[in-house]
Amino acid sequence: MDLQIALLLGQDGITNGAIYALLSLALVLVFTVTRVIFIPQGEFVAFGALTLASLQAGKLPGTLWLLIALAIAAAAVDIVCALRDGQAQRIPKVLAVNCALPAALAALLSIVPAASLPLALQVVLTLALVVPLGPLLYRLVFQPIAEASVLVLLIVSVSVHVTLSGLALYFFGAEGSRTPAFTDATFEIGDALIQGQTLLVVCASFTLIAALYFFFERTLWGKALRATAMNRTGARLMGISATSAGKLSFSLAALIGAFSGVLISPITTIYYDSGFLIGLKGFVGAIFGGMASYPLAAAGAILVGLLESYSSFWASAYKEVIVFTLIIPVLVWRSLTTRHTEEEE
Amino acid sequence: MKFKLALAGFVASALASVAHADINVGVTLSATGPAASLGIPEKNTIPLLPTTIGGQKVNYIVLDDASDTTTAVKNARKLIAENKVDLIIGSTTSPNSLAMIDVAAEAETPMIAMAASARIVEPMDDKRFWVFKTPQNDAQMSTAIVESMTSNKVQTVAYVGFADAYGEGWWSEFSKIAEARKLRLVANERYNRTDTSVTGQVLKVLAAKPDAVLIGGAGTPAALPQKSLREKGYKGLIYQTHGVANADFLRVCGKDCEGTLLPTGPVLVADQLPVDNPVRKSALDYVAKYEAANGKGSVSSFGGYAWDAGQLLAAAAPVALKKAQPGSREFRRALRDALEGSKNVAASHGVFNMSPQDHLGFDQRSRVMVRIEGGTWKLVH
Repeated sequence: MDLQIALLLGQDGITNGAIYALLSLALVLVFTVTRVIFIPQGEFVAFGALTLASLQAGKLPGTLWLLIALAIAAAAVDIVCALRDGQAQRIPKVLAVNCALPAALAALLSIVPAASLPLALQVVLTLALVVPLGPLLYRLVFQPIAEASVLVLLIVSVSVHVTLSGLALYFFGAEGSRTPAFTDATFEIGDALIQGQTLLVVCASFTLIAALYFFFERTLWGKALRATAMNRTGARLMGISATSAGKLSFSLAALIGAFSGVLISPITTIYYDSGFLIGLKGFVGAIFGGMASYPLAAAGAILVGLLESYSSFWASAYKEVIVFTLIIPVLVWRSLTTRHTEEEE
Repeated sequence: MKFKLALAGFVASALASVAHADINVGVTLSATGPAASLGIPEKNTIPLLPTTIGGQKVNYIVLDDASDTTTAVKNARKLIAENKVDLIIGSTTSPNSLAMIDVAAEAETPMIAMAASARIVEPMDDKRFWVFKTPQNDAQMSTAIVESMTSNKVQTVAYVGFADAYGEGWWSEFSKIAEARKLRLVANERYNRTDTSVTGQVLKVLAAKPDAVLIGGAGTPAALPQKSLREKGYKGLIYQTHGVANADFLRVCGKDCEGTLLPTGPVLVADQLPVDNPVRKSALDYVAKYEAANGKGSVSSFGGYAWDAGQLLAAAAPVALKKAQPGSREFRRALRDALEGSKNVAASHGVFNMSPQDHLGFDQRSRVMVRIEGGTWKLVH
């Protein structure tokens, strides 16, 4: 292995690591706020990438139907709740909140040929299609069982993962897709040739991480989320709604997932079931941070990316084994060094 | 006397109703899970198979095994116990098909596998007595690749394959034949179907400076190493396996796949075959029916394996019907014997000539080399 190969592998590892880092942040966020270990995180990556690909292929993405179905279901549940509380006057607002965006998207997609739009607009459209799935899933699946134990939440999250990946197979088919690169530029640094797209992935990831930092430190919503993560009951007493905190964290998770998908689909082929493994590697990163620390989770995810890249050079057949075996010493180290405090369960 | 006559008439009519029993065919395939890209075209092919053979109605009962071995075995048992099938077609993958052999043999029900591994029908024993298969052996395909490599004056070869049974199977077949033909194997790398990057493997391959690279992958995932190789400036020959022979692979791989060589069943280039080729008619027939049902350009070579199983059944069932009635043990045995006696059955992937020792029955006509040119498959003469 000479310096050039080492550099190329490092570049590759950091690119993948940046994506894993984004996902690990989303996992930590969702877990701290709602105690859900969010297995379907990776599905948003696949949905983001494949929705963009089908928009570009001039097909109507199945995501739209899923969005409409979930929106109608959520509206129905909300209406039943409103009627039960004897507050029928809430119904128009419920309908507007749940169904306005899907209806607008359906109308837009039926008028405008998405394939001819500029790439940036296609990306915006993709995000508009995929991101609302997050809060809708929270409303339908996790909100009714918000007080359940972590184990029950985990089991439900596994079943959501299986359902979503089955739907992805139905919507997008078994074969993968790629989208054209955002930029064809290449840079030469020393011996190494750097693709513009990989640079873009790394920059966009770090920008998003910085934006998340700003969001948590500087905005009221972010602070509300942090408060909920630290102490749910206390936050509730201060007037922070656990439900809206949950919805917000799921929205952010969906945004991060879909955005990661859009970012990496030009550099690799994404399949309906790609998300799971990508999400799992983000999860290994999140374990580094003990499912609580954002910087440690991000660092862990970058390490996973680098380890993966170098092990694929030295022992490609054992790559996954090496990456996932890493979790054992990390768990041992974490359980030996952190003082364990049981939460109210 | 009258009573006896009536009784005889009743018995005769009862027999006659038995005589009209339908032929039941149980199908288990992998329409979901990792092998879905192979299983879906097979599933789409089943409705195109003959619905009446020798005046008998044929029912197809299709189950999905989700690319899972346990489910495949469960499906096979269910088809035999509940649906009383006369023949099992399936499954899509080699591990699934291998696991189903015991079930088929135990119930004395003939089985036609749509999976490639030679071990499904070799070595012949009491259990494989009941088992047939339609896809070409990897060895046949490997020989075609090695022949093409030697005629292109290739001396050193690198291999990048799936880290699963498919990649491993190809490596063992290919390395055996390549070494016998004095090709030097300079690298052997593995990657996973859902990997987002193969940079490490590709750099290692490039460092070995091979004249040609063989990629042992199936479907669109096989495009990733090829794209990475071209991206990193590899100029040599790239070979793929017949696992990539569908339109999605061309779509994903795009211009990076120009000039790629691969062996495949003749169905992929049916319209380019010489007119006197016996495979041409059945293959064109299949392509026309499949595309009429599923849209233009949708045909892949995988669905052809299911079609060929139907062709074998159509040729064998009339022989078996002369000996026994469907739904009976005797019919299943007669059907097995008739399948084993298949002679010159032209199908979409080749011409079947079975024997007690050979339950695949393909010869050189079952494979062609194709080159990807201008985003389509071109027959290499």
